[in-house]
Amino acid sequence: MPQLEFHDWAPQLIWLAISFVTLYLIMARVAIPRIGTVIEERRDRIATDLDQAEQLKKDTEEAIAAYEQALAEARAKAHAIAQETRDKLSAEVEAERTEVEAKIADKTAEAEARIQASKSAALAHVNEVAADTAEAIVKELVGGRVTKAELKAAVSAATN
Amino acid sequence: MPNPMHQFEIKRLIELDLFGIDVSFTNSSLFMLLAMAAISALTIFGMRGRALVPTRLQSVAEISYEFVASMVRDNIGVAGLKYFPFVFTLFMFVLFLNMLGMVPYSFTVTSHIIVTFAMAVFIFIGVTVIGFAKHGLGFLKFFVPSGVPVFLLPLLVVIEVISYLTRPISLSVRLFANMMAGHTMLKVFGAFVVGMGALFGWMPLAFMVAFTGLEILVAFLQAYVFAILTCIYLNDAIHMHH
Repeated sequence: MPQLEFHDWAPQLIWLAISFVTLYLIMARVAIPRIGTVIEERRDRIATDLDQAEQLKKDTEEAIAAYEQALAEARAKAHAIAQETRDKLSAEVEAERTEVEAKIADKTAEAEARIQASKSAALAHVNEVAADTAEAIVKELVGGRVTKAELKAAVSAATN
Repeated sequence: MPNPMHQFEIKRLIELDLFGIDVSFTNSSLFMLLAMAAISALTIFGMRGRALVPTRLQSVAEISYEFVASMVRDNIGVAGLKYFPFVFTLFMFVLFLNMLGMVPYSFTVTSHIIVTFAMAVFIFIGVTVIGFAKHGLGFLKFFVPSGVPVFLLPLLVVIEVISYLTRPISLSVRLFANMMAGHTMLKVFGAFVVGMGALFGWMPLAFMVAFTGLEILVAFLQAYVFAILTCIYLNDAIHMHH
């Protein structure tokens, strides 16, 4: 069994010590710090990126909230303006309408007065016509023996 | 039939002698240096871009780092981060030695008990020193289990001490035996392929294909076990819980 050739042990032990110690020094001094730094840097970078993403997300949410607020305000303002305009217009219309109505009422009253006047005038004439007619008829029938005053009195008594 | 143990022979590539000690550069030394070079290439050359989005090679280096780092964190906690470079070096070294051994005609350094035992003894001594340095003589309480009847204590303390002292043996033999057995098995079945000829040789060949897959798994698993047991031993020394 070559493993038990004792005269081969010394060179193996010496070279094991040489190679292991050299490798240990290379690893401990150069390789491990280097790998550690790279991994650390990557971890930091990822953490920073995540923080940044979080910050950006927050900013976006704030912007959206501000936009929605502005939108709501604008909507409220537009509503107020529309309401005001509507109120103003309806007030104007109302005023005009009352004016027109007053005018119409005046005219109606005037017209009624005129009609009343015409009617009474007409009625007054009716008495006269009736008297004339009665005179003519009486004259035709009895031959002019009734005075105008008697006739008038008679007509008035008949029409009233 | 070729000798299946032949693959484990140490060949001196350059004969060297230093103050009467044989320090020859062998095939084992060559593969140790290859593993060292490959690990350095992966972790330094692979990381040269220092890219935010890693390339494939950089990914492998980072995954190895994270893998061992989480192993240390989970088993020892924050106090273990001091030993992370050692555990990382140990894991990568054993893993690369095991994996390089899977290349045909290569040499498996970890199939030699002296190599695994030397590493295990180093870990054992280191852990014991850390234990006494952290807790002083209080570290001896580690061998006294809590909540057992007093008359059982002498027996249990002896058992605890024996189990502690056998740690380097179990740690080293587990790795060495796994590596040696797997490679011996592959060699034996390789000989069967030739021996059974064109007619039946495909049967051991099919087995070898599957077994090679298993061996790659074992190569990774044993490196992992070696590293995680080191973490557990370190945790015992630092926190003294069972």
